[in-house]
Amino acid sequence: MLRPSIDSPTAYAPRSVSAWGWMPDSLSRIATERSDGAFRRLFEEFGPQIRHYMMRHGADAATAEELAQETLLAVWRKAAQYSAAKGTPATWMFSIARNLRIDRLRREVCWQELSDDVAEGTPSEEAPPDATASERQRQARVQAALSALPEDQRDVVTLAFVEGLAHHAIAERLSLPLGTVKSRLRLAYQKVRAALEDLK
Amino acid sequence: MTAIRRHPESVTLMSFAAGALAEPLSAACSVHVSMCAQCRGELRDMELVGATLLGSTPMGAGRVAVPAKPREVQLGAHTGDGVRNRDGLPGPLARNYGLALDQIPWKRLAPGVWQHHLELSPGAEGELYFIKLAPGFRLPLHGHTGAELTVVLTGAFTDASGEFRRGDMQDIDNSIEHQPVGDKQEGCICLVAAEGPYLLKG
Repeated sequence: MLRPSIDSPTAYAPRSVSAWGWMPDSLSRIATERSDGAFRRLFEEFGPQIRHYMMRHGADAATAEELAQETLLAVWRKAAQYSAAKGTPATWMFSIARNLRIDRLRREVCWQELSDDVAEGTPSEEAPPDATASERQRQARVQAALSALPEDQRDVVTLAFVEGLAHHAIAERLSLPLGTVKSRLRLAYQKVRAALEDLK
Repeated sequence: MTAIRRHPESVTLMSFAAGALAEPLSAACSVHVSMCAQCRGELRDMELVGATLLGSTPMGAGRVAVPAKPREVQLGAHTGDGVRNRDGLPGPLARNYGLALDQIPWKRLAPGVWQHHLELSPGAEGELYFIKLAPGFRLPLHGHTGAELTVVLTGAFTDASGEFRRGDMQDIDNSIEHQPVGDKQEGCICLVAAEGPYLLKG
């Protein structure tokens, strides 16, 4: 088992919008274009990212590679039924990777459902014509809101989402009281919410 | 169906989206989310946060081998078959435990109070159980040793913080002591997820 050491959580935090490794938007384009070239680009561009995520959760290199392939194959299959009303390839990619991690690496029951598997109570509706545009807008807003966060807030959300750490584990890692961790997470999320408010 | 009024805290839902909650707490969140459209929307925004953060971490060197491209399969449209209730048990619980609400092998804890523990994965932290309160019966006053999430499956209960009805979630931490009482007409059945055991008072 290989577990990369983490010197400082800030080393993983984005510094500005231009420093983002990729735009979720480019994933939407790749996954909805069904060509051989798009398929290869999906693995080239996003494979190393997912493998890295899995290795940070304790997977050895071979397992991490397998889980990255499995994640992206699932993204590719789901993208064939693309509907912006049911999430985007970027959220699927994160959700699928997260679920595989819980199932294979934590070896626990995964209770999180993928966005279009969640029962809606009413029959699914077609995405309104502007849904794709508004999803793209949501992604841009989330990116901007995250990159504008003060470093202390960005560190705690990064530890939660990328390291998968529970609140008390973040508190231990950063030697902070639990209440401080929760209030930073709450503040960070309020800013993301505010950035999306008028798109609701 | 009446609107759900009591939701998990945003930080709890965020942790659920991140895949950072202990197994039993995740179970309770998923049951609430399956009944609550508002929290489903929140969850999706939080997953977008996760996707964005994942994309901002460093890559790690080397390519990932490209597998064979699968054949394009035309899949049927999603049927949107609604919450897959099985005798009143919300979809996620029915899928993972496959038991019906009227078949729970209750264990009596006190007059008017029953409990049934659900098995967790080996190594999972915390506990997950159903609790049933007969109409008007109350749990003894107790505190908590960690976070506790309660989702109402049938009926309602009340404590000092107000009333909780079907689908509502109570999200509390170890600073709270309470004494929930079952609805006078219906009593209640709840799913309870706890990080640690409860502490009886007095």
